[in-house]
Amino acid sequence: MTEPTKMLDVSNISLRFGGVKALTDISFHVNEGEIFSLIGPNGAGKTSMLNCISGRYKPQEGAILFDGKDLLARSINDRAKIGIGRTFQNLALFSHMSVIDNILVGRHHMMKNNFLTGMFYWVGGAQKEEAEARAEIEDIIDFLEIQHVRNEPAGSLSYGLRKRVELARAIAIKPKLILLDEPMAGMNLEEKEDMARYVIELNEQYGITVVMIEHDMGVVVDISHRVAVLDFGQKIAEGLPHDVVEDEQVKTAYLGVDDFSLDDEKEAM
Amino acid sequence: MSYVPNPRPAGDFRTSYTDDNRLFKTHFETRAALVLLALIIVAAPFIGNYWLSQLIMIGIYAIAAIGLNILVGTTGQISLGHAAFFGFGAFASAWLANSFGVPILLAMPAAALLTTAVGMIFGVPAARIKGLYLAIATLASQFILTDFFSRAEWFSGGVYGALAERPNLFGFAFNDDLRYFYLVLFWLVVTAVAVTNLLRSRDGRAFVAVRDHYLSAEVMGVNLTKYRILSFGISSFFAGLAGALFGHYLEYVSVEGFTILLSIQFLAMIIIGGLGSVYGAILGAAFILLLPQVMESVTTMAAYIFPAMESGKSYVKQMSIGAAIILFLIFEPEGLIHRWQQIRASWKLFPFSR
Repeated sequence: MTEPTKMLDVSNISLRFGGVKALTDISFHVNEGEIFSLIGPNGAGKTSMLNCISGRYKPQEGAILFDGKDLLARSINDRAKIGIGRTFQNLALFSHMSVIDNILVGRHHMMKNNFLTGMFYWVGGAQKEEAEARAEIEDIIDFLEIQHVRNEPAGSLSYGLRKRVELARAIAIKPKLILLDEPMAGMNLEEKEDMARYVIELNEQYGITVVMIEHDMGVVVDISHRVAVLDFGQKIAEGLPHDVVEDEQVKTAYLGVDDFSLDDEKEAM
Repeated sequence: MSYVPNPRPAGDFRTSYTDDNRLFKTHFETRAALVLLALIIVAAPFIGNYWLSQLIMIGIYAIAAIGLNILVGTTGQISLGHAAFFGFGAFASAWLANSFGVPILLAMPAAALLTTAVGMIFGVPAARIKGLYLAIATLASQFILTDFFSRAEWFSGGVYGALAERPNLFGFAFNDDLRYFYLVLFWLVVTAVAVTNLLRSRDGRAFVAVRDHYLSAEVMGVNLTKYRILSFGISSFFAGLAGALFGHYLEYVSVEGFTILLSIQFLAMIIIGGLGSVYGAILGAAFILLLPQVMESVTTMAAYIFPAMESGKSYVKQMSIGAAIILFLIFEPEGLIHRWQQIRASWKLFPFSR
């Protein structure tokens, strides 16, 4: 097997909000074609890490390379152009727009018509381009099985469907790397299975590299290729999923430390 | 805005994506709009000068309101300085025509372009501030511009105002109201179609995305700064166009006409008409302009029954306009267009609608 190429290379990232250290000296890398999971207890800094990659936060120290290019120097909207898509933990759809329009916003950076050609819709190619973009996003709509709601406003959909529309919008960017922030939170078993299938297909069929934050250990162990564990803003483990969940430090972070002194007191009583 | 279904009639099939993006949802709506337009064109010579002048003013205000709606309804910003941009268009058109001899029909869109530039300059703070703070910043543009109008004599004639002639096309003078009405109608149709087109293409979607969730819009690749300022620019363009039409209609432009009261009236138009809707803005402009007339006749009639009201007629009129607006905000906060959509839906779903 050939050496896998590093798509995303995060080195020594530190992020502070005033005196609060959200991330301390985090390094990891994501290989091309991988499903990489970030796990950890609440408040561990997983979403902050994702926000550093997608540009919401600017870390004080460290560097992030994407395809060998420095990511931190780029503006947020530029990162969509070079191929980074993401979904949000708390739904961030354009709730008054129809599902189709939501997904079409993902095509924004690939379309050429502007406000002038848009106003003269019929001349200048806007009509043609809109129809082409529409045909392309229909594939995504088919893939995520949201045909029946394509004309509904996104705000009127159920939670599970909104999560899918958000994923569709992120895929519409045609990303090389997609960042999923808790794609399965708040879903029932069936919906989780569907979502897991989408993530795997996304990875294998579309060839998109996935970085995922997820709390459901079953899903994480089943579908991810590699896992990193954060706790209190520090990376405590990284490796293959099965090895990571067996790690002592990880167990401690998730389950806490046995407080033997308390047990002793109980026995003494 | 709450969602009102607009089902297509049986047999109206779409066979291409272009078909699915039509200007009007159904064939019937397309025909109805064309018939309505033809009716207005044919009927205009017969409605008398009073109604003609009313329609001209509605058309002019509607163009400005459609512009403001791009900014407020679609991009989710706010502007308390729209009347100043409206006024800038009026002065700029008169200035171009008087000082440089630009043909007036050309001076109007040229003035609109100048207003666009001014609007984008005053829109720059919008890239950084939102909500109430932006409202105050645009309020500044209102006062700065009106101050400029009354001081810059080279541009606006200062406190004396500027004369603005009626336009003239190869000897065909737009010197009576009927001809001017057709000119306004032309620009209104162009504005409505252009803005509807804008809203169904890339940049229109970007505006709505910025309004609904600017954080995720940015992650989707939308440049927030660019679109916030662009929205000010496009909104000012239509304000300037409407202002130019206004100035050359009255044949005299004076700084007193463009106070903050007019800015607030523009806001009232789009709120009553329906935020984010092109046709709502037209309805809102008609409502705000016709309401005083309706109230005038209502209070006159009431004065026959209650002679004591005769002296307080004008107060009652003013108060009832305020009351109508308040009642509107309570009972139909989503505007006239929403009420129309509900009527349309209940026709379509007839035996099954409530």
